[in-house]
Amino acid sequence: MVKDLASTTVGVFRVEGKLYAYENTCPHQGGPVCQGLLIPRVEEKLNASQGAEGFRFDESDPRLVCPWHGFEFSVKTGCHPGKAEIRLTQFEVEEEGELVYVRV
Amino acid sequence: MSEFEYREPQITIHSDTREILANARRDIDRYNLRDYFIVDVDSHHVELDSWAEILEYVQDPVVRQVGKAMAANWPNARNLALSNHPPGLTMQDVGGRIPHQAQLAERVDAVDGEHPGSEHRDLTLVRRAMDSMGIAMQIVFPQPMLEVGLHPNPDIENQLIWAYNRWFTERILAQEPRVKSMLALPFNSPEGCLKTIREFGEKPGVVGFLITSQRQAPLFKNEYMPVYRELEERGLPFGFHAGPDYSVGKQMNRFISVHAMSFVTCNMVHLTNWIINGLPERFPKLKTVWIESGLAWLPFMMQRLDHEYLMRQSEAPLLKRLPSEYMQEMFYTSQPMEATNLKLLEATMDAIHAETQLMYASDWPHWDFDVPGRIAGLPFLSETAKRNILGETARKVFRL
Repeated sequence: MVKDLASTTVGVFRVEGKLYAYENTCPHQGGPVCQGLLIPRVEEKLNASQGAEGFRFDESDPRLVCPWHGFEFSVKTGCHPGKAEIRLTQFEVEEEGELVYVRV
Repeated sequence: MSEFEYREPQITIHSDTREILANARRDIDRYNLRDYFIVDVDSHHVELDSWAEILEYVQDPVVRQVGKAMAANWPNARNLALSNHPPGLTMQDVGGRIPHQAQLAERVDAVDGEHPGSEHRDLTLVRRAMDSMGIAMQIVFPQPMLEVGLHPNPDIENQLIWAYNRWFTERILAQEPRVKSMLALPFNSPEGCLKTIREFGEKPGVVGFLITSQRQAPLFKNEYMPVYRELEERGLPFGFHAGPDYSVGKQMNRFISVHAMSFVTCNMVHLTNWIINGLPERFPKLKTVWIESGLAWLPFMMQRLDHEYLMRQSEAPLLKRLPSEYMQEMFYTSQPMEATNLKLLEATMDAIHAETQLMYASDWPHWDFDVPGRIAGLPFLSETAKRNILGETARKVFRL
C-alpha cells in the first residue's frame, strides 16, 4: 500500500509475513518508487563451465522498481542490488491487529 | 505514529502524467524553479498514436494509398504503416518496469474543464508534463520518426517527413506557443532539405531543423553545402538527434548494450565528420546542437580528436584551431546526464563550457528522462550557470 503522510508519502509492503515501510521517493531523481512494479529478482543461471544458460526469477528476493527510471531495490533491504549505498529511506513499522503504524 | 490516506497504488500505462510526475512538482518548491525560465530542448510526443491522421498528409497519392491500405489490411500496422519502426525498440520499457516509456494511455477528456474543444490529445499530454516539471517551453520531437534515416526506401522517407512536418506544424505547433520544434530534414535529398527549410522555416513554433542521426549519409558531401548555407543565413540552428540502431546488435545481445552505445556512436560519427571536414570554418555562424547523446562522450571526443589532429594536421587543413576548441562553441543538450561520478561530470561541464553551451533537456516521456531538479541540484554549478543551462542559453540559441 502507498499513502500520503504529512509532507511525504510512504509505501508499506509485506514480504513473507514481515512488513517493510519506505519513503515514496527514489534516491536517484525523486521518483515515486513505492508506486512501481513489485517483481522478483532476475538472476542469470550459469552452468558448471561458466556458460550462460539464461535468466530466471528468484521468488525469494522481491524487488521494488521505480517507475520513473527503473532503479531497482530489494524490498527486504531497501538497497540497490548493484550499489548498496543507493538505498531507500526506511521507516519503522509495527502491526497491531488490523492496524499498521509507521514511525516517520 | 499517525494515520494517513491512500494514493494510487501503482503507476501504470494508464496513470495520469500529473500523477506520474507528482514528485517532480515537489522540486518546483525545493529548487525555487518558478524563479527560472526553463526550456526543455528535447522531449517527445507519440506520433504513432496519430498515424492515421499523418498518413492523410502524405503528398504522393500512390504512396498515400499504399500506406492507407497497409494500415487497413495488415495486422498491427494501423499505427505503423510505411514506417521503419524497429521492433527491438519495444524493449525500452525494461519489461514493463518503466510504464511511461511504453505509452501514455491516460484519460484525456474534452469536457473535463482542462482544455475543452478540439485540442489535440498530444498537446494536452505535453502541457501536463510541462506544468508538472515547471517547464515554460518545450521543444518536442517525434519518436519512431527519428529512425527514419534508416528507412530502406528514401522516397518513402521523404514522403513521411513531409507529411509529419505538415501535420505537426498545423495540428500541434500552431496551437500552442509554449511548444516548439526542430523539424527533421529529408537528408537523403539535399533538394528536399532546401524545400523543407523554405516551406516550414517560418512556421509558428519552428526554431530549427534536424538531422535524425542514425543514417549513413555523409554530411560532408558538397551537395549539402547549400543546405547549411540556407540554415546559416536564416539563423536557424542545426540539430543532430541521436537514436538507437539495432544493427550494432549483431555484436551485442542485450538492449542495454545497444542503447548505451548506439545513442552515442551515431553522433560521434557526425561530429567527427563535421569538425575534420572544417564545416565550422565554412559556416561559422551556423549553430549546431548535439541532442540526446548525454555528456560523457564529449571529453573523450575532445581528447581523441585533438590527439590525432596534432599528428595528422595535413588531413584536416581547414582547421585553424584544435577540434576541442570548435567543440567548445557547439551546443549540447544535457540528457541523459551521466551523474554517477560528480567529479567527472564537473570536469566534463568545464571542458565543454557548459555555462554557455549546455541546454537542459528532459527527454520526457522516455525511460531515462531527467527532471529540471537534476540541473538545479548540482552542487558545483554557479547560479548563473544553472539559469543558463535551464533556459537562458536556449532563449538565445532559439530566439525564444
